[in-house]
Amino acid sequence: MTLKEVQELLGAQVLCGNDECLKRGVSICFACDLISEMLLYLKPHSLLITSLTNAHVIHAAQVMDVKAVLFVGGRKPDQSVITSGELNKIPLLATQLLTFDCCGRLYEKGIKTDEQ
Amino acid sequence: MVDSLAYTPQITLEFKIGEKDFFVAGECASRVKKTLQQLGLKQNVIKRIAIIIYEAAMNVAIHATSGMVTVHIEPDAITIRTEDVGAGIEDIDLAMKEGYSTATYEIREMGFGAGMGLSNIKQCSDDLKIESKVGVGTTLNAKVYFQEQPRPADR
Repeated sequence: MTLKEVQELLGAQVLCGNDECLKRGVSICFACDLISEMLLYLKPHSLLITSLTNAHVIHAAQVMDVKAVLFVGGRKPDQSVITSGELNKIPLLATQLLTFDCCGRLYEKGIKTDEQ
Repeated sequence: MVDSLAYTPQITLEFKIGEKDFFVAGECASRVKKTLQQLGLKQNVIKRIAIIIYEAAMNVAIHATSGMVTVHIEPDAITIRTEDVGAGIEDIDLAMKEGYSTATYEIREMGFGAGMGLSNIKQCSDDLKIESKVGVGTTLNAKVYFQEQPRPADR
């Protein structure tokens, strides 16, 4: 599914990333709130779901070739973090939903943790 | 993608990290990754190096009063060295154990301090050496070869 479809499914706000970016397809997803776990388990081109909103999320996303980051629970990063997402061409989305609901809805649409 | 950088001059990248300088720690992993991509190294090699740098630099920012990260690019491998002045590690074997952490609540709130740093570094390194003196500081040397190395069964 495209990032645009993810955005609509989860009622998310786009913090950065233009229409062109939102056409990108996403088929794998990973959710966690520990940077070391992101570094250990993230597969390239994943959608990262997290409730962490600091600059390290963008660093980890950049290092691990993440396709987009979704912040959950109504949390939003500072403008400096959003700017860093823009500079690194990583679209950032934010939703009111919590991790479990996001994962459940995406799983129903066929999103998994690994390419199958 | 290349397995060797025989025609590339050797490059050394250095980053100074101050106490609780968390932002720079993440930055140096990002920057080295971009440099290595320009050199055309394999993605999985670049990723392992970036993870080592990220975790090792974070350790310096979290636990030391000051330190240095040096990334030395050789024709067939990369060495990552962190040298810090600080508390040091009392029991290195214990520190290597996944889940063991001395990080504060503040660090954990940032998404770090889960006790996975050193074991992540070990998993990504072909060679790893850590020397530490309590009250003085810690030196970490990690090496990643561009050609895949046979890995011991315990990793």
